[in-house]
Amino acid sequence: MIDIALRNTPLELTECARFVAHPSCGGLCFFVGTIRDLNLGESVTHLAFDAYDGMALKEMRKIAERAREQFGLHAVALHHRKGSLAIGDTAVIVAVSSVHRAPAFAGCAFVIDELKKTVPIWKKEFRADGSHWLNARP
Amino acid sequence: MKIACFGIAREIAGGPYLQLPDVAGRTVADLKRELIAAHPAFGELVSFAVARNEAYAGDDEIIRADDEVVIIPPVSGG
Repeated sequence: MIDIALRNTPLELTECARFVAHPSCGGLCFFVGTIRDLNLGESVTHLAFDAYDGMALKEMRKIAERAREQFGLHAVALHHRKGSLAIGDTAVIVAVSSVHRAPAFAGCAFVIDELKKTVPIWKKEFRADGSHWLNARP
Repeated sequence: MKIACFGIAREIAGGPYLQLPDVAGRTVADLKRELIAAHPAFGELVSFAVARNEAYAGDDEIIRADDEVVIIPPVSGG
């Protein structure tokens, strides 16, 4: 079971929890990524996410499928925001479930680590001194 | 050929698309060279990838005229 979303509206942890929960699963693990106020010592005012929607959804699904296969997870929910976000807003939620806790922890970490490597979503950070696309320049 | 751009690529291109002549029938590596020749700022990025039809394309893949081709600058989701 896999649930993938890329939305302009706020993400809901309870929605992801309901999706992954199952009577056979004793472990649910979550990662919630939020917008923080400092990056590399600079004060951040807000962020904007750009996404190549069709490919982003496909890459997110591939990661969830690999996670289920590699870690034997029951379910994976992977939700990501688009558009403009304020400090403290939720940018991403990973939710996974498994029979025992160890695969849930490992699978959850795998999903967020892989998302950051391959999913075509871009973060533009707005600071007092201007705006920057993260990771783009040396 | 019309090539779609996102993130910093959109700023370099000056809009959501850029045009490169005669890339159909050539490789992704050729496209990357043409792109840097036409827009040297792409060569200043940490890296960039090319997607064909919503999947990452290897350097030796051949681009077809009806492909959806997109420049993928370094991603930063999460």
